[in-house]
Formats: sequence, C-alpha cells, structure tokens
Amino acid sequence: MKLTKQSVGTFLAKQGILVAFAVFMIGFALANQRFIDIDNIAGVIRSSAILGVMALGVTFVVIGGNLDLSVGSMMSFSTIVVLDLHDKIGPALAIPAMFGLTLLLGAFIGFLVGYLKLNSLIVTLGMLSAIHGLTLTWSGGKNMDIADKSGTWFSVFGQDRLLGIPMPILIFALLAAILGLVMAKTPFGRKVYAVGGNGQAATFSGIPRARIVFFTYLVSAFCVATAGLLQASRSLGSQNTVGQGMELEVLAAVILGGASLLGGSGTIFKTVIGVLILGFIQNGLLLVGLDFYVQYIVTWAIIILAVWLDVAAKRGSLWSPIA
Amino acid sequence: MSDQVPVLRLEGIVKTFPGVRALDGVSFDVRPGEVHALMGENGAGKSTLMKVLGGIHAPNEGQIFIAEEPVTMTSPMQAKAKGVVFIHQELSLADELTVAENIFLGELPLKSFGRVDWATLYARTDDILKKLNVRFTAKTRVGDLSIANQQMVEIGRALTVSPRAVIFDEPTASLTDAEKVVLFDVIADLQSQGVGIVYISHRMEEVFKMTDRISVLRDGQYRGTLETAETNEDEVTKLMIGRSLDLSRNETEHEFGEVALEVRGLSCGQQFQDVDFAVHKGEVLGFYGLVGAGRTAIAETVFGLRTPSAGTILINGKEERINSPIDALRLGISLVPEDRKDQGLVLGMNCRDNMTLPQVGDLTAGPFVSDGAEIAIFDQYRDKLDIRTPGWRQLVGNLSGGNQQKIVIGKWLSMRPDVLIVDEPTRGIDVGSKSEIHNLIRELAAQGYAVIVISSEMPEVLHVSDRIVAMYSGKVMREFTAQDVTEDNLIQAISGLGDDKAA
Amino acid sequence: MTPDKRKDLLKMSAIWAFILVELAFFSIIGDRLSVSDKAFMDFENMLLLLKQSAPIGIIALGMTVIMINGNIDLSVGATFALAAIVLLESMTWPFMQTLGDWAIPLAWLFALLTGVAMGAINGLIVWKTGVDAFIVTLGAMLGFRGLVFMFNGEQPTSHLNWTLVDFAEAQFLGLHTATWFLLATALLLWLLMTKTVHGRNAYAIGNNREAAVNAGIRVGPHFLLNFMLIGFLAALSAVVFYSESGSVNPNDGMLYELWAITAVVLGGTKLAGGYGSIISTLGGVIAIQLLRKGLGHVGADTQTVNLVIGLILIAVLILDRQLNRKGQEELKI
Repeated sequence: MKLTKQSVGTFLAKQGILVAFAVFMIGFALANQRFIDIDNIAGVIRSSAILGVMALGVTFVVIGGNLDLSVGSMMSFSTIVVLDLHDKIGPALAIPAMFGLTLLLGAFIGFLVGYLKLNSLIVTLGMLSAIHGLTLTWSGGKNMDIADKSGTWFSVFGQDRLLGIPMPILIFALLAAILGLVMAKTPFGRKVYAVGGNGQAATFSGIPRARIVFFTYLVSAFCVATAGLLQASRSLGSQNTVGQGMELEVLAAVILGGASLLGGSGTIFKTVIGVLILGFIQNGLLLVGLDFYVQYIVTWAIIILAVWLDVAAKRGSLWSPIA
Repeated sequence: MSDQVPVLRLEGIVKTFPGVRALDGVSFDVRPGEVHALMGENGAGKSTLMKVLGGIHAPNEGQIFIAEEPVTMTSPMQAKAKGVVFIHQELSLADELTVAENIFLGELPLKSFGRVDWATLYARTDDILKKLNVRFTAKTRVGDLSIANQQMVEIGRALTVSPRAVIFDEPTASLTDAEKVVLFDVIADLQSQGVGIVYISHRMEEVFKMTDRISVLRDGQYRGTLETAETNEDEVTKLMIGRSLDLSRNETEHEFGEVALEVRGLSCGQQFQDVDFAVHKGEVLGFYGLVGAGRTAIAETVFGLRTPSAGTILINGKEERINSPIDALRLGISLVPEDRKDQGLVLGMNCRDNMTLPQVGDLTAGPFVSDGAEIAIFDQYRDKLDIRTPGWRQLVGNLSGGNQQKIVIGKWLSMRPDVLIVDEPTRGIDVGSKSEIHNLIRELAAQGYAVIVISSEMPEVLHVSDRIVAMYSGKVMREFTAQDVTEDNLIQAISGLGDDKAA
Repeated sequence: MTPDKRKDLLKMSAIWAFILVELAFFSIIGDRLSVSDKAFMDFENMLLLLKQSAPIGIIALGMTVIMINGNIDLSVGATFALAAIVLLESMTWPFMQTLGDWAIPLAWLFALLTGVAMGAINGLIVWKTGVDAFIVTLGAMLGFRGLVFMFNGEQPTSHLNWTLVDFAEAQFLGLHTATWFLLATALLLWLLMTKTVHGRNAYAIGNNREAAVNAGIRVGPHFLLNFMLIGFLAALSAVVFYSESGSVNPNDGMLYELWAITAVVLGGTKLAGGYGSIISTLGGVIAIQLLRKGLGHVGADTQTVNLVIGLILIAVLILDRQLNRKGQEELKI
C-alpha cells in the first residue's frame, strides 16, 4: 500500500486504539524495565480481569444500541449474595443460585428495554439505584464475610492458578474468546450488530429486535455474575458498595475500544484492548513514579482523543462544523 | 418583463466533492414577480445548488448575484438578510415551541437583560399570520398544528424580512388539494409584490399550472431554460433524463398461475378500510395512489408489521395469521420497503451481510455463520442483478442509490419468496438503474413470482403492471387491467372522483 | 382544550400530585405505625427536608438546562467535590489566613470559578470536537476526580470556619441558608428558561438542533455557556454544603450525577431534549427527598429508598410511554 497522508489517516482512525496501545507499552517499557516483566504484566491483567469481564457483557449491550449503567451495582449484588449464601447453603449451591438471581435481574432489564422499548439509559439508571437498595436490604447494610476463610474451596476462582496462570486471567480470556466468537461468527452476533446499526431495518428483515436486546442484557448479567464470583472469591468478604462507580469505568473501557454509543459497531477484541489500556496505563504511570491520580487524568484525555479521532475520521475534518 | 433586473442570478456555478462534480456550470436567473421552476431528477444537483445558495457549501467556481450585485453567501441566515429565503421540504421547526418563537427562531426580539420582548414578538407574528391568512394564533404550539399549517409557519419565517427571492423545495409533497390552494394563493401574493419565486417540484402538472419558466438540471449540469407557455411535458422530460426512458404501456397479455396472495375485507384502523385484492403467480399487480392513501400500510399489514382490525389474508388459498415479518417470511412473502436507508439497509454493514440478513440464522456450519454459503448467495445475486461493487466487503453506505436498491431487492429475492412486494422501487435512483429495475420486475413475473408494485409514479405503474389497484384515502376505488386503463380514469380514481369499486 | 394540551397539563402537574400522594401516604401510614411520636407533616421536618434537598437540588436544576439542551453532564459529582476541596483548602493558604473573615468570600469565589472553569472545559470540548456530551463528561468525570485526588490524595480535607458554619446554619424567615440558595437558583433559572432569548434558544436547540443551526443560532457558544452554568451550580452546591460540614472526602459527590438526572427525569424533562421545566425538576427533587424522609418515618430501612426510587423512575417511564402510545394501528417496529 502506498503511504499517502489519507491512507495514514484512515489507518490511524481504524486502528488508532491499537497504535495508541503499542505506543504506551513501548513508552512505559523504555521508561521502566519492570513494566515488561512477565509478573508485572500478569499482575496488571489479573487486576483488570473483573472490570474486563463486565466490559465484555456491556459490549454486547452497546453494540445492540443500548446502555447498561447498572452493572456496577449488579456486581455488588452478586458478590454480596454469593458470599451470604456461601455460609448458608454451601459454595456448590451458592454459585448457581447467585447466577440465577443475577440473570433474573438482567432479564428484568432486558424485558423493560427490549420488549417495553423503554430508554435504556434511564432504565439502567433506575436499576442502578434499585439493585443497590436490594443489596443493602439483603445484607442489612453490613459487610459480608465468609466465616471460615481458610477452610473453603471457594477461593479457587480468585486466588488459584491453573497451569501457572492465575484463574481470573484464565476466566477472562476464556470468556473473551467465547463471546468474541459469538459476536463475530454466530447468527446471534450478526443480529446484534443489525439491531444496533439500524433497528428498523432489522425488524423489516424479520429479526426479532426485542428478543435480541433481551438477550444482550442476559449476556451482560452473566458477565456481571462472573465478575461478582471473581470478586467474592478473591476477597472472601465484601462491602455493599464494591462495584460502585464501575459502571462508568466499564463504559469508558468499551468506548475506548471503539464501540459507538449509537450501536452497531465495536468488537469484543477491541474492548479487551480498551480494558488492557486502562489497566496498563494505571500500572505504567505508577511504575514511572507518578501519583495514582494521574491515571484518571490520562484516561480522561485518552477517552476523548479516541472518540474525537473516530468522529473526525467519519466527518472528514478535525474540528466540529457547528458554529 | 425580460428587461427587468433579475432578483437573483447564478452564473457558472461549479461545486465539486472528492470524486464527484456535483454542479457543473449552472446558470439561471429569477426575475421579480416570476415563478421559476427548477426541475431535475433526484441526484441531478438541485439540493447541492440550494446549499450553495444558502451558503452551506462554497462554490468552487461561479458567482451569485442579487439584483446584479455579486454576493458571497456564508450561511442561511446571511442569505436571508440579503433577501434570499428557503422553504424546506423537510420542515425544520421546533415543535415544542410556539408559532411565534418558530417564525422568529434565531432572531427573537430582545429587551434588557437578554429578555425576550414578547409584546413585539407577538405583534410582528400577528402581522405575518394576517398576511398568510391562517386561522391559528401566534401562541399555538407548533406540534399541535397540521402539516399544512406547519408549512405556513415555515413560510411565515420567510416574511420576517422583505424577501427578494423565495425558494420553495417540493412544498406540496405532503399537502392535500385544499391545502395546496392556500399555498398557491400565498405564492401568488408574493409574486404580486415583485418577489421572485424558485419552485422546485417533481409534479409536472403543478409546474405547468403555475410557473413562468422552467430550468432543468441533469447530472449537475444546466440543461437549459424553457418558457413554460412554449413547451410541453415531453420536452421537459427529455431534458431531465437525457434520453427518453422507456415507459411504454405494458401490453403483454399472458396467462397467470393460481392466486398466490388474496386479501378480503382487510382494514387497519384509520389507515385503510375494507380492502380486497388478489395477485396471481406470474402477475405484476400495481398499487397506485397518493402518499398517505394507505398503499404502504397495506403492504406493512401483509408483511406482519401492522395488526389488521378486520379481514383475512389468504396465502395459496389458505387463511393465515401474520403477526410479524418472521411469519411473513415463513409464508413466502418478501417486502422491499419504501425507505431504503431507514428500513432496507444497515448502512454500517457490508454488502454481503446486508443481503443475507433475513436468513443468516439458516446459513450456518455448526454454531457459526458459514462464510462460504453467504458469499455464494451474494455472488449469485450480484451477478443476477448486476450489482456494481468492488467486493462484498464494501460498506453498503458507500454504494450509489441504484446499487443500494439492488442489494435490498437481492436480499429479498434470495429468500425465494412466492410473493414479492416492492414499495417505491425506483425512488431516488438514476435513470439507468430505473429501467434495469423495471425490466427485472417484469422478468420476475415471467419466472412465476407474484409481484406487487407500489408506486407514486403513474408511468412506472402503467409500464410494469398487469393489473392496477387505484387507492384513495384508505379505500380501493377501482381495479383496472393493463388493457382497459387510461390515464384519465386512473387520475380520477385516485382523486376520489371515480366510481366507487366499479370492478 | 385540545387533547395534547390536556396531556401537557397532566404531565406538568403529575410531579406535584405525586408529592401530595407521598405526603398523605406518609402522614396516614406514619400515624398508624406510630414509629415516631412526631407527625410527618411537622413544620420543622418540612423545613429540614428543603434544606437537605439543596445540594442535589441545585445541581439537578442546572442539569435540567443541560438536558433541555439535548446534552447531559456526568461530571457534576466530580466538579462538586473539586469545588469543595478548593473551598476548604484555599482557606488554609497562608495569605488567606491573614485576611480574617474576608477569606470567606474569596474562598467562595475560588470554588465557584473552579466550577465555571470545569464547565468551560467540557463545553469547549463538546463545541470544538463535536464529540457527544455523554462521552465528554464521562471522561471528565474521571479526569476531574483525578484533580480532586491531587490535593490530599485519599485523605479528607478539613477546615472548619465558625463564621462560615454560622452563616450556613442561619435561618432567614424560617428558611435555612441552603434552602434560600435552592429557591433563588430555581427562580433565576426559571426566569432564564422562560423569559430570555438564551433560554428559549435552549429549547429550540434541544428540540431541533439542525433547525436552530439553520436559523443562525450559534449552538457551540450556547452549549459552552450552559456547561459553564452547570459547573457554576455544582460549585455553588458544594459551597452551600461544605460551608457547614467543613470536611470533604475525595469520594464525595460520587453518583450525584445520577441522582440529579433521576430528579430531572421524574420532573418530566425529555431525555432527547427540547422539553422540560425548571419548576417540575424542583418538584422531582422534593419528591425524592420526601421519599427518603418518609420511608424513614414509617420505619422502613433507609436501604429501601434506593429500591423505591429506582422502581418509581422506571414506573414513570412506563407511564409516559403509555400516555404517548398511538393505539393499536401503529407500526410494529
């Protein structure tokens, strides 16, 4: 391919997120050798896993043309519920029970947004609050702890390793691979893109729009339940607000990965990149000796730059035409 | 009249976009008190020309003159300040605001502390409303007005200044006959005050009734100006489309197969009532009527997108309930919808994925979509319909209107339907593609498909149909065969003048 | 009266009717349950309620303007915290300590200017880049929070000034200082939105942005002004609240954006823009606070408040959809 200004521009616009990722990694690696240490990298991915798992589900919702602001408080719910049930009915039953309850919440949201066609921003905002209330009611407002922390096998998901790889990384990778395939290769994935890209045209093509939207929220709830499991298993105890604020961080990762909030675009792979960028920036900035708050400011700049590049490429000019 | 100074004159306007010469040397002038029609097919450059006049696009070459003074337009507001005002086809009103606020949008009269001077606002609005001779008041919420009255508000906007030239873009597209009369009165009134009118319209009969001269654009080029009194429809059509489009009457007489789809006493609330028709295999049934006569709603009901309030639908002689497009597809009905961009395509998807969308669930190998099966279908219909695209990966949004329409048709043909409904098959596409699509429709019928064609263009209906159903205001007025139909009868039937249901 | 007007009137009065229902419900049920010996409709109680509505209320009023404009601001919580830190931190600066009580208005000014500056940053980005306000302010929510942590890390910032506390706790004509600020903000914004060209243009832009642009309204600077306004109001809210409390935690103000949006939506403002009212938002704010206090009064767990508010928000959406349905014959898309 001949390198023209335009082709470079298109490439940057399309693969900008990968380029940015590479630049960051190289920059940090040059600044501090420890950054590319295998243990450090594994540590970053491991600590990003919970956010990452949630972002996978939200990617489905966003590509389907909706938002999910309830994942943070839903994750708190899953964590509290599984910890509470652990001591009451044992981990083997607690885990499926928690997944069931979380999926029920997801189904409720999916029903409201899919079948009743309510605005997803407001519905999930309401659910953010409602689920938070539900969690507090469940726990009575108290922190939840497993009584016998050393005597349970429940910690395997958050603390153990398989083939030398920490379980959270393994679960995140496995889920990303499966959901990535579902999104890119299956009829369901194609229908999600169609519904998010042009819901009316999807309906005219015989795609059951309501059902597809419903299922995207189920996928999201499943991911949240998995994230709750990882969180609970890692700490074996939790506050009621463990997931608070994560909904917006998750959304930031998804947007960073290039999914448009209008729906119809984005990929699971890019969301994973978005999650990793957030994680590595956090880590890299700390390693080069900057205070932890710098990551917030850098993330801010990156989100806006990423989306700006994207819209600028689409309209063909850097600056907005509005006067 | 011709020695008067033109209120507006364009000279050699050129506007290029990357890869396209959208306007190529357009010149014409508007005299005071004249109604000047601007005609051309969709894509001929009319809307680009309006944008150049309104300062939204800067021309690459050429000059605009107002009263023979050269001007540079920078924005619609600045154009308005110079006396050139636009009445847009798509109403650009804020429907939560009042009539007065809309008429003075962007120029509300000010008092101290940035307050709105309501007294002045209402007084000036009342003056304008009086000129327009309308019934509603300045404080009415625009969203509560009928479309025609909203159009009046739009015209009212033009009158906040003393306009020299007013440009009407398809003003009658959504008006009833009575409402049109009011609009024409307003235009006549402006005319008598020496305002020059540019009148963009597709409707020949209107153009011949009320304009003084006709200028024609084709493919961005200026093709000439004719005195309305000295020309005729044929001459204008020829200028517009360059060659005469073959729209000869369909006179082939042939045998049809059995009834594929029959509808008895079908009604859907206010949309349409008590509709009967049947279409046979191998037959093209045309639906002709004005926009809003209920044609599209019937198609949508048969396709499961509306719930009928009464009546039955029979497929191959068997009564069926169709609750969703999924049911319709299962029963072998396909609908090529009216609005290609909103209903037909996912513009951000590639050509192949768009084409296989309704059947993607069946094109699987294991749990995954089979690439090979999809590409096979795409290739088959690309060849069959002669779709010109660099490859299936091309985003459908980057194709021309004609090729987009062929993708939509291909999408529905690949479902191998028994009944194919095509709503406005050639809206907004170039002449070449138009006749290709006409031929295709005839060909499909010859292969045994039952085809329903809905169209607002009479020549099109006459050209492709074996039988024609004429609709007016939600009712079937008459049914014609290709042999017994005449243009006069057809026009009478769709204006509500024909014999009711004379079959 | 046309059906549309009747529907409008219904929508406008719905929130106040809801408040009346709440009052009646909590008074009657409260008496039955007699968890507390005080009546719910106790005057003192109501005054306190207004005072407690002020911090979120002032922000929600600003959010109404932003949402009528067709935008949204998710960064108000962070702006709130940042302004609070500037307020308290600035009073510990050496030169400020030499000024005595004159440091107070200066500290206020710093805090308010901080809010305006944050709003201006958002507004400029929205204007110049054309990136959607949702994303711009989502980013800013993180970025501004980063600025908050810059001051004292994860430690709280405290500075108690008794003159300030006296001012904040003062009552004038029975109403607390915070209540006065809330009411004054509501009045001024109501005037802005109903009487001024800027306000009417805000509706026009939210209603039909393209038409507004074509009519020559300068949409970019208009957005900028409104973002500066909500930044100012977020800071004002912080000034009102932290003058009394004197201590700010770096996580303060989290989720305020969501509470504010909830109040605005309860008040009937359209998410898509172009429709809404300042007074109805005030109703939305009071309704939420009533619910909080009322549930406490009847002895329900405070946790239930979140649950109930969330469900009410969803119920409002369902109701609104039912009101706007066109009937059976509509296209099923």
